[in-house]
Amino acid sequence: MRPIIVATILLCLLGAVALAATPSERHIVIKASRFFYTPARIVLKTGEPVVLDLTALDRLHGFDIPDLKVRADVLPGQVTSVRIVPPKAGSYEFHCDNFCGTGHETMAAVIVVED
Amino acid sequence: MGPKITRRDFARLSAFGGAVFASGLWQGAAATPPAEDFYFVQLSDLHWGFEGPPNPEAKTTLKRAIAEVNAMPKPPDFVVFTGDLTHTTDDDAERRRRMAEVKTIIGGLNVRDIKFLAGEHDASLDWGAAFKDHFGPTRYTFDHKGVHFIALDNVSDPGGQIGKEQLDWLAADLGAQPKAKPVVVLTHRPLFDLYPQWDWATRDGAAAIEILQTHPKVTVFYGHIHQENHFMTGAIAHHSAKSLIFALPAPGSTPKRTPVAWDPAEPFRGLGFRSIEAEPETAGYELYEMGIKA
Repeated sequence: MRPIIVATILLCLLGAVALAATPSERHIVIKASRFFYTPARIVLKTGEPVVLDLTALDRLHGFDIPDLKVRADVLPGQVTSVRIVPPKAGSYEFHCDNFCGTGHETMAAVIVVED
Repeated sequence: MGPKITRRDFARLSAFGGAVFASGLWQGAAATPPAEDFYFVQLSDLHWGFEGPPNPEAKTTLKRAIAEVNAMPKPPDFVVFTGDLTHTTDDDAERRRRMAEVKTIIGGLNVRDIKFLAGEHDASLDWGAAFKDHFGPTRYTFDHKGVHFIALDNVSDPGGQIGKEQLDWLAADLGAQPKAKPVVVLTHRPLFDLYPQWDWATRDGAAAIEILQTHPKVTVFYGHIHQENHFMTGAIAHHSAKSLIFALPAPGSTPKRTPVAWDPAEPFRGLGFRSIEAEPETAGYELYEMGIKA
């Protein structure tokens, strides 16, 4: 199993802190480059544990989901894995919180959580 | 000692301005002798170099603001720019050109004492290197007529952090101030979580506020969000300033933090600056919001 870099994870409703992913959990690759994320929209199920594998293609970026209190630095040439368990249905926007240039303010994407 | 500024003076000063906001008046121990009242002006978020529909008058807005400051009946004791003097660019030479140009324009102020703070557009791509070359240090303190001012840098780190070393510096500086002495913090980003979804926060701002709360008379003036906002964390009042380039929506009021559209029928709406009357004896501040005259 690929080593997991654990970012700060506070799961609002489940109250659990994950320290490592299990092999069966779904991994989703997210690539960050100025000034967007790919994919820009991710659909998850409520309560489904997912590992987001983040990497930057050009420079340091950030990954911040304020509504889940999850954030991580996203570095070029390195995979940063963040495990989340969506607590409830809704849209959770994430954005870059490491200033990266002229389009930094627009660098955002969304996780849609469905029941 | 120069002439004392009266309420009537400020009524005149704000004749073309907006609402008046008085921050908390603390009943601290009276200084002996009483400290002299004074006023200073806060300008913020000029974004020199920005071009686009949100402000077709981008090249004149700052100059208009400077003309308005120069037209005040009595000059402010000093002027502070709370960051984003320039709009960001990846080109270091262009960044430096914008800084040199805006510094020349600011030189048109009839006020010689000017304080500069960096914004993320100025400093976050080079850890403040170009800013320091043009405007000096990104953090510093000074005292003025009984008030202790602390300029705090929460932008040179691209992550919008103050950093432990600077927090230690803040704690040491604040700890050396008498409890009766008013303290004003000048910074760019909000120190509290105003709206993290739009990056309107300082990542370790809570640590700064925890330090600031050890002093009973702290007020914060900042920029970044391109609009007025007034918020209390405990006894600390936080006041953000309008921008001189474009206004942004109220926190979370729109899906995106898209600039407020320019209104030809009401040009410069939402833009402006403020004067701040400081009353050191009470650690009180009266804020006078100024618009930009078309």
